[in-house]
Amino acid sequence: MRKASKVVTVIVFLFLYVPIIVLMVASFSSGTDLAIFKEFTFSRYAELFKDTNLLLLVRNSAIIAVLSTAVATILGTMAAMGIYSMKGRIRSLVMGLTNIPMTNPDIVTGVSLALMFAFTGTVLRLQTVLGFWTLLIAHITFNLPYVILNVMPRLAQMDPNLTNAALDLGCTPIKSFFKVTLHEIMPGIISGALMSFTMSLDDFVISYFVTGSGFLTLPVEIYNYTKKPIHPKLYALFSLMFIVILILMVTMNVLQARSGSAKRRLRAGKEAA
Amino acid sequence: MEFGGERVLDSINLDIEDKAFVTLLGPSGCGKTTTLRIIGGFQKPTSGDVLFDGSSIIDLPAYKRQINTVFQNYALFPHLDVYENIAFGLRISRLSEAEIDRRVTEMLASVSLRGFENRKITSLSGGQQQRVAIARALVNRPKVLLLDEPLGALDLRLRKDMQTELKKIQQEVGITFVYVTHDQEEALAMSDTVVVMDAGRIQQVGTPEDIYNEPVNAFVADFIGESNILDGTMPCDYKVRMFGREFECVDKGFAPNEPVDIVIRPEDIDIVPADQGLLCGTVTQVTFKGVHYDTIVDFRGFKWLIQTTDFCPEGSYIGIRINPEDIQVMHRSEYSGLYGDYSSYSAEYEELVEEETEEE
Repeated sequence: MRKASKVVTVIVFLFLYVPIIVLMVASFSSGTDLAIFKEFTFSRYAELFKDTNLLLLVRNSAIIAVLSTAVATILGTMAAMGIYSMKGRIRSLVMGLTNIPMTNPDIVTGVSLALMFAFTGTVLRLQTVLGFWTLLIAHITFNLPYVILNVMPRLAQMDPNLTNAALDLGCTPIKSFFKVTLHEIMPGIISGALMSFTMSLDDFVISYFVTGSGFLTLPVEIYNYTKKPIHPKLYALFSLMFIVILILMVTMNVLQARSGSAKRRLRAGKEAA
Repeated sequence: MEFGGERVLDSINLDIEDKAFVTLLGPSGCGKTTTLRIIGGFQKPTSGDVLFDGSSIIDLPAYKRQINTVFQNYALFPHLDVYENIAFGLRISRLSEAEIDRRVTEMLASVSLRGFENRKITSLSGGQQQRVAIARALVNRPKVLLLDEPLGALDLRLRKDMQTELKKIQQEVGITFVYVTHDQEEALAMSDTVVVMDAGRIQQVGTPEDIYNEPVNAFVADFIGESNILDGTMPCDYKVRMFGREFECVDKGFAPNEPVDIVIRPEDIDIVPADQGLLCGTVTQVTFKGVHYDTIVDFRGFKWLIQTTDFCPEGSYIGIRINPEDIQVMHRSEYSGLYGDYSSYSAEYEELVEEETEEE
């Protein structure tokens, strides 16, 4: 039984990682045939960095990801503070409401946002509303719940007397937030932001519905490519994206683990006393 | 003061003397922490007022009051080191760097934490964290220091040491301490004034000696130390009747034949041979406690606790004597009949099994 489960684990990991390994290997192969590894080359990467069109798309995606993450992180943290200050029943009701959009199928979110933008455009009598701003608003919208979801548990774990202690020592409520609360919930804010960033970077479905031809992100444009054979320089791009996201995820986990062990030490210290 | 329609504090009226060590003492949920939070400004009472040097501070937010607090579990800032924790309040009030340094260093010395400046809070023991919390509050030179069960998380040994140290610090800085605890021994050992609370009401205010020797009702008598609380009547001044016999006592001012509660402390009872006793009973249980024996004696179905250094074996028939000044007579109260019978005596004292955690 134990042996069987080990074998299954190996198979699962193969399924998970073989495609990415194939992609990465292919990105270093000079041939176009995936089945044969001709010779090792960096030329795919060189081609990638010469393709200004593609780099523009990467830049667009990055701009949207950074901006939407920044706005969603600030708004989400404020919202979490607000929700945390609510009482019992109302708090869980509001938390439920913020969680629903996350489980909502992307296609539903995308179409409904597109409809809302179209409606707003008609009301304002604008020719084309879909573009950079609608895309940004959409990304902020779907990122918000992830920030709130990551910040809330931090707030709940925090000793409420820490805020009282700051007030007691002369801080105004706003000052006590920046001097004390913010430090306590920072790991939650960071992991919320990282999650938003990755969600935003690879979103295709929602972006597809809410952006116009004037401002395209990488996933939206790549979808158009799939109708014709993919150029091998994209393998190089995808490999790089995978590595970037991987680094972000690892940082996030390390940060969480570190703050977790600090908390444990504090508790252990109290018990030992 | 009410929470969600439930009255947690009822007509609290308390004068706190300048430079006094005042302890709010009571079981969990009696409202002592709430009282402290109202003084600190963290909670607003539904009605009533808080006066400070004669003027109302009820509308003053916590950060403007000249009061500092040592919180339960200390609430030290984990992202700052020891030095910065203590300097926190001084930095907020924008003192010069030199002044901050002088005061923090001085404070570190007076709580014996010199050399701990750069230590992380998480690396300190409970007792050290406790001292940082006291230093962080005192360095701001408040007029009043509030302490919410500050020794609750420490072990017995350390707690005793910190009691002495806290009392010493209070006398040195010469400011008012308002201390909250459910530990009656701690309250008696440290305070100038003890305020005994239960069910959101003040039961008695007095010096530790008053509270122990002259409890006003059965609750106070039972909560502070061990007591035998008995039903009786006062036929006239200086006479009290219980178990069908009259005893001499030192209390007066009761209505003739008024039903009363009588408190007799277990250590005030002398065991004598049965033929010389004012009352006689049978020993039903003896527990060795180190300094004395806890002896449970059955007097016509009512069990008394007697603390004595003389060993009386179980089943022996003995007599007891009580001096007039050891009989404390109290008016009847809502607590009459609830406490003071040792029929369900267990070798553990009640206070020790009292919940360690305090209500929010």
